[in-house]
Amino acid sequence: MANFTPFEALLGGSILGLSALLFLLINGRIAGISSIVSGSFKSLANKPQWRWSFIVGIILAPLVTQPIGYYLPKHIDLSWPVVIIGGFLVGFGSYLGSGCTSGHGICGIGRLSPRSIIATIIFMLVAIITVFIVKHLG
Amino acid sequence: MKLFSAFIAGLLFGIGLIIANMVDPHKVLSFLDITGKWDASLALVMAAGLTIFSSGYFLLVKARKKPLLGERFFIPERQIIDNKLLVGAIFFGLGWGLSGICPGPALANVLTGDIKIFVFIAFMLMGMYCARLLIKLTQNKVAVAQIVE
Repeated sequence: MANFTPFEALLGGSILGLSALLFLLINGRIAGISSIVSGSFKSLANKPQWRWSFIVGIILAPLVTQPIGYYLPKHIDLSWPVVIIGGFLVGFGSYLGSGCTSGHGICGIGRLSPRSIIATIIFMLVAIITVFIVKHLG
Repeated sequence: MKLFSAFIAGLLFGIGLIIANMVDPHKVLSFLDITGKWDASLALVMAAGLTIFSSGYFLLVKARKKPLLGERFFIPERQIIDNKLLVGAIFFGLGWGLSGICPGPALANVLTGDIKIFVFIAFMLMGMYCARLLIKLTQNKVAVAQIVE
């Protein structure tokens, strides 16, 4: 198995779960990133300020992890077509499907929501098939 | 106070993504590459995240009427599995499988300063906007059809 990092995976995953739990317990909100992003552009009457706070928190996270030795990748090593088409599909699909890896994968499955369980199974399978086609048949 | 706790939750979320290295698209892609050199790390990310969130949800959140700050819980209550959900998940899986980036890691990568992440986010927002238009359009059609009937 290449590059298997069980310690970092368990630690990082626990922190993700803790973040989503605290956010629900304290603010009463689901930590679904796609919904937070799309909601942050709606009208001010919708009070989107908490969404912006959450987003700024994610963006500034590298400043906390750098001193303890965890870094962002130096650059995004993807081709332009993948960046453009991938970005569009991720946005389109997460809005249409009301969620992404965080909202469905963690918060939804964690609540045993049937919609989220189905959505996660589908996007995982489609992503696995996509990688198979690109890497092994492409 | 609510804004501060949202900021801390976002910060923690980003820290989790970076420590688990989900910010590296190739780490994600090698998890999805089950027939190649499979890297199972992300399964552990999900298992750990789910264990903590789920136990907290059923033990702490469900026992409460409202959150510590704020007047109520905003939890999706829809139960219907409709075409929107299924088609959305398919498109999302395609985009995620192509790029290895989902919305959380896209944001966490902003400080790489790489132009590609900004273009990714721009197209992600465009995709969201198009999906919103599509939903509105189909809703209008349904409404018109109902009036005609």
